[in-house]
Amino acid sequence: MQHFLTTESLSKDQLTNILDTAESFTNVDGGTVKKVPLLRGKTIINLFFEASTRTRTTFELAAKRLSADVLNMNISSSATVKGESLLDTLRNLEAMHVDMFIIRHQDSGAAEFLSRHISPHISVINAGDGRHAHPTQAMLDMYTIRKIKGEFKNLKVAIVGDLLHSRVARSQIHALRTLGAKEIRVIAPRTLLPARIESLGVKAFHNIETGLKNVDVIVMLRLQKERMQGALLPSEHEYFHLFGLTKERVALAAKGAIVMHPGPINRGVEISSEVADSSQSVILKQVSYSIAVRMAIMAMLAGNQS
Amino acid sequence: MNINVDELISNLTSQTQELINTLGTDQPLMIGIYTGGIWIAEHLHASLKLEKPMGILDISFYRDDFSQIGLNPQVKPSKIPLDITDEHIILVDDVLHTGRTVRAALNELFDYGRPASVHLAVLIDRGERELPIDAQVAGKRIDLPPHQHVKLTGPKPLKLEVITAI
Repeated sequence: MQHFLTTESLSKDQLTNILDTAESFTNVDGGTVKKVPLLRGKTIINLFFEASTRTRTTFELAAKRLSADVLNMNISSSATVKGESLLDTLRNLEAMHVDMFIIRHQDSGAAEFLSRHISPHISVINAGDGRHAHPTQAMLDMYTIRKIKGEFKNLKVAIVGDLLHSRVARSQIHALRTLGAKEIRVIAPRTLLPARIESLGVKAFHNIETGLKNVDVIVMLRLQKERMQGALLPSEHEYFHLFGLTKERVALAAKGAIVMHPGPINRGVEISSEVADSSQSVILKQVSYSIAVRMAIMAMLAGNQS
Repeated sequence: MNINVDELISNLTSQTQELINTLGTDQPLMIGIYTGGIWIAEHLHASLKLEKPMGILDISFYRDDFSQIGLNPQVKPSKIPLDITDEHIILVDDVLHTGRTVRAALNELFDYGRPASVHLAVLIDRGERELPIDAQVAGKRIDLPPHQHVKLTGPKPLKLEVITAI
């Protein structure tokens, strides 16, 4: 594996391998092992064309725990503003003898584009491209699910909210299917569900009460207001009323169900504060585990492993 | 060629006891290197009646051949039960060959603190060193040509085999 661009093309063995490797970076208290010298002397660039807090900082921490040198570049405030093309920016960074790029971009396919034009010794990790994929987020979600709920084959998972704009949901669905989840449901208003989403192997629901019945895992998605054009929703208040996750709705799921969210959460829009801060919510665990998972993916690419 | 493991373990145990007698403490900290070293360390730890809990070291993250062979996905986190600063440590491994594993183990160990001393105990020393590293005690010392390897399987029963690479 030279690049990590999507969960779609990977086999069950490959996904399981990533989760197992992440396990070896996880400490007993859920944190990561102390700093290890695996990537000493390697240079990693966080190339972010879109704002990010969690993803960028956990990638940075993960790289530092592997002893790599990390540079953070927020391109929205940099050369592209002066008219430089993506490829020219890349060529210049390449000339600095970088070993790995972690890229987030507002356009679908940006990471794959870079991987095709890059020198053969450099690895590219997709940290989110447009509406297409966010594979490291999906892997840390899989890790969280496996860690808390165990085997995928026994699990019913519901993904709730703005699936239309969600690269996270797409990557999750591919990973969940490959890992053999028992059932995958998507729950959203018709305006926020991509057409023919059933072709991905999921069951679609337009009513949250029916959709959440007996599920083991509830994945909430953020309402991506910044990507919405046109009248997809009457109002946030109306959305919360119909699709927001409340205590009463969580109670419809299976006993011991967990509530996840890739963050940032919009309290009172897709999720109530009561649920977000409840004992069933594993939202902050997802953040803690994300470091070990990102360490695993970076180490596997640097070691050129399948 | 098969080697009698019990004989080697009993050699190693008595030699390790002699080594402990020369240390400034009768309670050293024993640390086994994953995986074979842990099996041997468990034997030693029990028969020498050591009181401090045994430590476990997985040196996968410290290997010098990582960029050639990648990471072993079965890596287990190391467990060092107490602060190693000023402890007398007995590092235990099954086979001593090039010395690179011990180099990696020492590097990892020193990330945890500054021990008073580190001694190396191995079940079998087969020669062909590539680094200036030596075992203070060994159950057996033999000279094997480079194409032959000693392999320990276990934990129950422990078995030593000499494998000839083709």
